[in-house]
Amino acid sequence: MSETEFPMILRRLGTVDPESLEAYAAQGGYEALRQALTKMTPAKVLAAVEKSGLRGRGGGGFPTGRKWRLCREAAGSPKYLICNGSEGDPGAFLDRALMEGDPHAIVEGMIIGAYAIGATHGFIYVGLEYPLAVQRLGRAVTQAREQGFLGKKILGKNFSFDLTVRRGAGAYVCGEETALINFIEGSIGEPRNRPPYPPQKGLWGRPTIINNVETWANVPVIIAKGADWFANIGTEKSKGTKVFSLAGAVKNTRLVEVPMGTPLRRIIYDLGGGIKQDREFKAVLTSGPGGGLLPAQFLDMPVEFETFAAAGGNLGSGSMVVMDSRACMVDVARYFLNFSFEESCGKCTPCREGTRQMRAVLDEITLGRGQEEHLGLLQELGTVMQDASICGLGQSAPNPVLTALKYFREEFEAHVREKKCPALVCRPLLKYTVDPETCTGCLACLRECQVGAITGVFEEPLEIDQELCVKCGMCYEVCRFDAVKVES
Amino acid sequence: MDAAKLEAILARFEGRPDELIPILHEIQAEYRYLPKEELKEVAKRLGVPQTQVFSVATFYKGFSLTPLGEHQVRVCQGTACHLEGSERLTEAVSRRLGIDVGQTTPDGRISLEKVKCLGKCGEAPLVMVDEEFYGCTGVDRLAKIIKPLRKK
Repeated sequence: MSETEFPMILRRLGTVDPESLEAYAAQGGYEALRQALTKMTPAKVLAAVEKSGLRGRGGGGFPTGRKWRLCREAAGSPKYLICNGSEGDPGAFLDRALMEGDPHAIVEGMIIGAYAIGATHGFIYVGLEYPLAVQRLGRAVTQAREQGFLGKKILGKNFSFDLTVRRGAGAYVCGEETALINFIEGSIGEPRNRPPYPPQKGLWGRPTIINNVETWANVPVIIAKGADWFANIGTEKSKGTKVFSLAGAVKNTRLVEVPMGTPLRRIIYDLGGGIKQDREFKAVLTSGPGGGLLPAQFLDMPVEFETFAAAGGNLGSGSMVVMDSRACMVDVARYFLNFSFEESCGKCTPCREGTRQMRAVLDEITLGRGQEEHLGLLQELGTVMQDASICGLGQSAPNPVLTALKYFREEFEAHVREKKCPALVCRPLLKYTVDPETCTGCLACLRECQVGAITGVFEEPLEIDQELCVKCGMCYEVCRFDAVKVES
Repeated sequence: MDAAKLEAILARFEGRPDELIPILHEIQAEYRYLPKEELKEVAKRLGVPQTQVFSVATFYKGFSLTPLGEHQVRVCQGTACHLEGSERLTEAVSRRLGIDVGQTTPDGRISLEKVKCLGKCGEAPLVMVDEEFYGCTGVDRLAKIIKPLRKK
């Protein structure tokens, strides 16, 4: 294992049987709960979480202890807890790994949280795409109930708490906390206006704490190891570790856990093994459709909430997608904007119309019909969305576009001015030809071409009619001899 | 409406309004879509307006008001898959099946869907058929994946 790594949340993954409470307990599981309930008052548990400096791992980075205190001190009962296991960001698979691989850690964290806050019921929300996580968490909850860790008079204390697992129904916006509340109430996942904030008025109008999977999994560690120990890991403002799911153009697609403050370069090159086929690093994007496209100049940036925000990105949920020279930043920006457009719930105009219009402009640019004023228009639309959307989806949706405009402007200009796609991705700007030297005349491309643009006979070099070619690239894809060439 | 089938599902719940989505999940799993008459009955039993039941049924992508095919082909559109050409892959699948994304073949055997991210980014581009994953799927591998689905 590399020195860069610090497996704290991931330490049991792969070594513990996720379907067995005994296996979890054999590795010290539920000791933190026992300690909290028998040796600490709820106020002391809360104070420990505050002192640890833990901040929400779902993207916002709000201090967990402060949020819990707001809820604990809010009027109204019962109080509820929610675990946000939505993980809808494309490229993110860390919450899935935790829910499937160490479900008891999440359950234990939530019971400790309930004790500190005074909550009586909790819900674990799991994204639609993760049936195994639903199953494993369901089993963990049942086992915890059988052991007396859930239910009435937990560990003989005057403390009762129970959990329900809910499977999502397929809406990215449900990762937003107030949309998630609506989901659990049985409605459509539209966000609510804030204030009031969920710790004051959340589920059924009652004080509610929503933390994501990784945040809950940190709680038992803080109790077991102590707030001071935890606060010693990381940086001044970002404490503890961060788990990332590293994917894209890196050699090793994997989960990594590093202390906060670790430079991106060490994550991508030491743990990710560098770029596939040793191509050139181009950009990294964390946090999915709400993240920023950060170029090589940020490789030495330490991983922290503040540094990412300053760069125009978002530390976010922990997906980290690395891109090499084959990725077109205009195309990637369009990809994410299209994602946000499709997932916008439609409640507020800046997001609903903003994503639609930004996508339309990006379509024009990638189709080769871009104009100089489009770049300013994207900037303007993006800024309005950031300022005026009611939830995080709309507020962060422009980030990939705005960072791409800032750090990869020359690529936009190549599309707009020269009608060229330097990374050879945007279809209408490409030209496909057959190299007669290498073509074996196998006819694989001819069979695949939908528009009949490829002509020729068996075992003779083929030709592509440029008038008929729609630049779908299927011929390029199926050619096993690299005889189809592409240029822009 | 198959009353017994629906009753068997409803019997597993207490009948609270917040159980609407879990109940719809069960109906979707059982029928492979949400039949209209069943939805009306669910609304009545939970004391929830029909408008809310239908708004929920149409808001979430996990529910369908028309029957899905016996086999679900899902092409992952996650970031890693996008970078490896999932758009082209989706078109190739669509062409081979003769249907657009979101449609079912006329014989009711195969439905084609796009999914946001299946969380197996190391194997991009990814195709999922029912519960089975096919990683690193090039256009040239599609025939082998699709052919068995057409057989009875």
